[in-house]
Amino acid sequence: MAVNPRGVELPGRSGKSGSGVFAPEGTIVTTLDAVVSWCRKNSLWPMPFATACCGIELMAVGSSRFDIARFGAEVMRFSPRQCDLMIVAGRVVMKMMPVLQRIWLQMPEPKYAISMGACASSGGIFDTYAVVQGVDRFIPIDVYIPGCPPRPEQILRAVMDLQSKVQHSGSAFGNQGLPELRRMEEQLVQIRSRASLPGVATERADESRFGYRLPGGESQVGRKEIL
Amino acid sequence: MRSDDPALKKMTPPKLTLLEQSYLPQILGGLVVTGRHIVKAALGDGAVTMEYPEVQHQPSPNYRGVHRLNKDEQGRVKCVACMLCATACPVHCIDIVGATAPESWTDREKYCQSFVIDELRCIYCGMCEEACPVDAIELTSMYDLSGLSREEMIFDKTKLLSVFDLTKEGEPMKSGIVPPASSNRSRELVTTPTTGPVIERQQLV
Repeated sequence: MAVNPRGVELPGRSGKSGSGVFAPEGTIVTTLDAVVSWCRKNSLWPMPFATACCGIELMAVGSSRFDIARFGAEVMRFSPRQCDLMIVAGRVVMKMMPVLQRIWLQMPEPKYAISMGACASSGGIFDTYAVVQGVDRFIPIDVYIPGCPPRPEQILRAVMDLQSKVQHSGSAFGNQGLPELRRMEEQLVQIRSRASLPGVATERADESRFGYRLPGGESQVGRKEIL
Repeated sequence: MRSDDPALKKMTPPKLTLLEQSYLPQILGGLVVTGRHIVKAALGDGAVTMEYPEVQHQPSPNYRGVHRLNKDEQGRVKCVACMLCATACPVHCIDIVGATAPESWTDREKYCQSFVIDELRCIYCGMCEEACPVDAIELTSMYDLSGLSREEMIFDKTKLLSVFDLTKEGEPMKSGIVPPASSNRSRELVTTPTTGPVIERQQLV
């Protein structure tokens, strides 16, 4: 086989045959986005927002049996300025919500959030006016973990899911979101940014879907607002 | 109790020697324990870390993980839409829509037209399994579940039946009935989002 004196031709964009650019043999070529995302996904610094028993399970993930350090996410920082991954573990009551939102706003971009356990994801067994029925109504959640509390393996699985999401959605200067979820996220942004009429509880959303009736009838989210 | 009570036993701390006052023997003793663990983990089988994605934990047979909907001998869903599980559920995460069973199904009057479980709301207590009179709903030992969106964590009938196809070899049904072996369903968990909530969301927009 004849050796090209100019080296190996690099592949062109979107699978075209050649770019006309040559590099010495044995060279690895990548994009800046891929390198930055690779660095970013292997050094996620979690902010443990542990308010309940899920926090105990979160400690188990950090300890030697499960060892979240194998995924580079062992540096739990209690200052939001140093974190890029918020793990909401446990129930969040309405009085705690401003604190959670403030901590979330204090975290520097790009930032990610994991909703851990039934209470953080949906309110769980605490179906009361005082408990937030899912923190994703207030902050954007990237990975949901079911369970009461979840097993440590589920948290490791969530970190791995998040790592693949960071690799696929991140760029050097920001976070664009997963392409397959983009349409849904745009819809959600539209729904959330719509001005609500008086008497319409936007945060109640779709609770009546699961069989229990709310006092005062079904919530009118969306329907009245469309009219 | 007064401080001069005769029943009080007064104790004095032991007198420490000069070496003990420096705390060095205790520190060195602790370091010996640490070093023993390091050597054991490096040379022997003393490492306790589970390499999770490669090494899977085997839960006990009565572990309560992801739900499944069982099928009977003819491959039909066993659920008869009696709503006992939805009633017993402490978090109301089960949503069943019953319908009149076809004429050919002589053993029941109703079947479940839709069966939706919100896995994010569920606390995996197993009360649905206890309540079910026909052993239709069971909790499997699948434990490593997480999702990128709320929609994919709401399991509908198709997804719950696919969990059954996925786990029926490893975990036979507790009632002991063997389902038909032929099933052309793939071994993958169905990952498409459920129809109900998504349609609802699209109607909102």
